[in-house]
Amino acid sequence: MAFDYEKYIRPGKLPHIWCPGCGHGIVMKGLIRAMDSLNLVKEETAIVSGIGCASRLPGYIDCCTLHTAHGRAAAFATGVKLAKPEMNVILVGGDGDGTAIGGNHFIHACRRNINMTYIIMNNYIYGMTGGQFSPATPTGHKASTTPYGNPDPNFDIAKLAIGAGASFVARGTAFHANQIDKLIAEAIQHKGFSVVEILDDCPTTYGRRNKYKSVIEMMNRLKEVAVPVKAAEKMTAEQLEGKILTGVLHKVERPEYCEEYAKVIERAGGAK
Amino acid sequence: MSDEKKLPRIEIIEKYCKGCHICVEFCPTKVLEMKGFVASVKDLEKCIKCMQCELRCPDFAIKVHAE
Repeated sequence: MAFDYEKYIRPGKLPHIWCPGCGHGIVMKGLIRAMDSLNLVKEETAIVSGIGCASRLPGYIDCCTLHTAHGRAAAFATGVKLAKPEMNVILVGGDGDGTAIGGNHFIHACRRNINMTYIIMNNYIYGMTGGQFSPATPTGHKASTTPYGNPDPNFDIAKLAIGAGASFVARGTAFHANQIDKLIAEAIQHKGFSVVEILDDCPTTYGRRNKYKSVIEMMNRLKEVAVPVKAAEKMTAEQLEGKILTGVLHKVERPEYCEEYAKVIERAGGAK
Repeated sequence: MSDEKKLPRIEIIEKYCKGCHICVEFCPTKVLEMKGFVASVKDLEKCIKCMQCELRCPDFAIKVHAE
């Protein structure tokens, strides 16, 4: 039977603003399926975002939402979570919002291990503002501000999150649509800061500058480069050259920030 | 139409469709086609109810109603 996405969409909000073929819609559908599979109560779920194409997502979903300053989703979400630790807090945003402008907030949210889920839609570019290169734009690739190729090495967002201390890190792609909801659901259930990086496509500002003929070509590229973690264990270093690992990359148990903070309040004799 | 095979109903919300071709290209049995700027059903008989079009449509424009 067809999945009833409308249940979670604010009435009259569709069609969304994303360009034809943009994977953000696929990720939003994955998030809705994840919310549905976990039976999240709308009143107890907050979706927080910064600025950017991906950050438009909370405007469409019918639950508690917060559209904040550029890169500051993690900061605002930390406030929400500390004030109401019983809420499910989900952050959404893009690679530029999360790792450049909000890079500072992102690494410290990872370090604190606060119980939230951050979905980063990595389309390798600042789409909304005209295709400037982001920290995730691969070396040599073109953007509006790097017309002769980007000289910078790019961030591996999942590794950055692991290094900064996130206790759950997963990666999926917009092509592997079936996997997105499962990764997000597992991330939401994990106690601690969980990061789900979804490799996405931006046909309008990234694809056309980097000689992708169509959305389909971009999707097929995601299919080709993605290697599930379990399959990668049996592969050699040469076979893994240029490939990107997908699935749950990192999962550990660490003290959670809200709980640790509650202990501090108790030690200081604070109000119950 | 034979009674043995119960065909699904593929609902395409034309107002939402932006014509990205994803559903047409990723349909394994080529049920869909582009009619102008929007997707439309070409050959419903071939549909195997795999739901790939509904799953992949970024624009919430396709629903496959199958029992």
